[in-house]
Amino acid sequence: MLSKRLIACLDVRDGKLAKSVRFVDTKDIGDPVEKAREYYADGLDELVFYDITASSDKRNIMLDVVEKVAEQVFIPLSVGGGVRSVADATDLRLAGAEKINVNSAAVQRPELISECAEAIGDQNIVLSMDIRRVERCDEFPSGYEIVINGGRTPMGIDALDWARKGEKLGAGELVINSIDADGTREGYELTLTAMLAEAVRIPVIASGGAGKPEHLYDVLTTGKADAALVASMVHYGDYTVSELKQYLHDQGVKMRMSW
Amino acid sequence: MTVIIDYDAGNLRSVQRACTEVGLDAEITADPERVRHAARVIFPGVGAAGSAMRSLCGTGMDVALKEVIAAGRPVLGICLGLQISLDHSEENDQRTLGLIPGNVRRFSFDDPELKIPHMGWNEVRVLQPHPLLEGIEAGDEFYFVHGYFPQPEDRANVYAVTDYESEFASAVGRENYFATQFHPEKSGRVGLRLLARFKDWDGTC
Repeated sequence: MLSKRLIACLDVRDGKLAKSVRFVDTKDIGDPVEKAREYYADGLDELVFYDITASSDKRNIMLDVVEKVAEQVFIPLSVGGGVRSVADATDLRLAGAEKINVNSAAVQRPELISECAEAIGDQNIVLSMDIRRVERCDEFPSGYEIVINGGRTPMGIDALDWARKGEKLGAGELVINSIDADGTREGYELTLTAMLAEAVRIPVIASGGAGKPEHLYDVLTTGKADAALVASMVHYGDYTVSELKQYLHDQGVKMRMSW
Repeated sequence: MTVIIDYDAGNLRSVQRACTEVGLDAEITADPERVRHAARVIFPGVGAAGSAMRSLCGTGMDVALKEVIAAGRPVLGICLGLQISLDHSEENDQRTLGLIPGNVRRFSFDDPELKIPHMGWNEVRVLQPHPLLEGIEAGDEFYFVHGYFPQPEDRANVYAVTDYESEFASAVGRENYFATQFHPEKSGRVGLRLLARFKDWDGTC
């Protein structure tokens, strides 16, 4: 039986690790390569790097980080942030990324998903969705809306529609990031995650809100997620990767326990 | 010299990096002549059976690969590399290399909770000993990404199995050819160990 995955997300700005709280006030917290090695040695199942570098002329710094990590860390590595074209995706793949995350640029131009899927394979395209809760209405039958630009720009697109469309266009996986929960450490958005996980056949990664091990348990069971993404709860040393996996294993969640 | 066959099959540098990590210097090549003269060969691959076969046959790489296998040199297939070593794949309804008798089938489940592709870490249970599988213990998991699964005709060619609703062959082999459905280069220490054993394997089992 397939194990549930524990994924750590490292936000990188100008080559340094940062963690956003509700997407603003980012704060540097260390060297991404060092953190990646530490988590790998501690049994992490998959790594995500998200490039939040503001200026595009510094993008080569990110390629350098990806390359260094890929030389030392032998688990799947996913990279996103600012991917706008097949060329961006290919550069990151050559640097050592297994999977490419697309987000805002795909909302603005959905063909980006199919173009990337064609170029690097469906299974390597991850559609990352930033989602906020809204009043349920005709425009948003699911009660959730897609936002972009780090949560600042509402797009008038229903989250459930977008998830289904992304799958149809060739996304191999979805990241469901609740911007209401992100950085709060109060738990994942379980209703949203379960709704989208049930609507698609591709794997779903829950993101945003993890603060306690119980939150991971909830989203991998009630939330029906295939993987749970964590950030601050491991970056600041509150929990280790292996502690979280052990906890989930003890609660009866199938996890990879030897590494 | 060890070569990694490049036939437009995606990210080969991750395989190369993992080889470097275990002390195996491997060159990525699209040249069938380099493959013919290699001491050992890695045959990786992601993507689809149809385009992979077109690319292999178009360059004469299929012939070079068969020759190097016939010469008894160690060859390791990975993922799509394994799948196109059977006779036929349901993916693109494609006739494939026929190194090992059998077919490749598409996963299809009634249970909507079983996601396709089969993506993530899953247990690999060794059925019969093989030099490359030595040291794998019960509970060891490897990383998989695939929507189709191999179904060899002869159980003698199946070295390990994995469960995804039902059991499928996750490692197959025949003499000096061995192949895994999982990605050893992305499977942490257990995966690196398999590559390290390939480095020292003389092709017998």
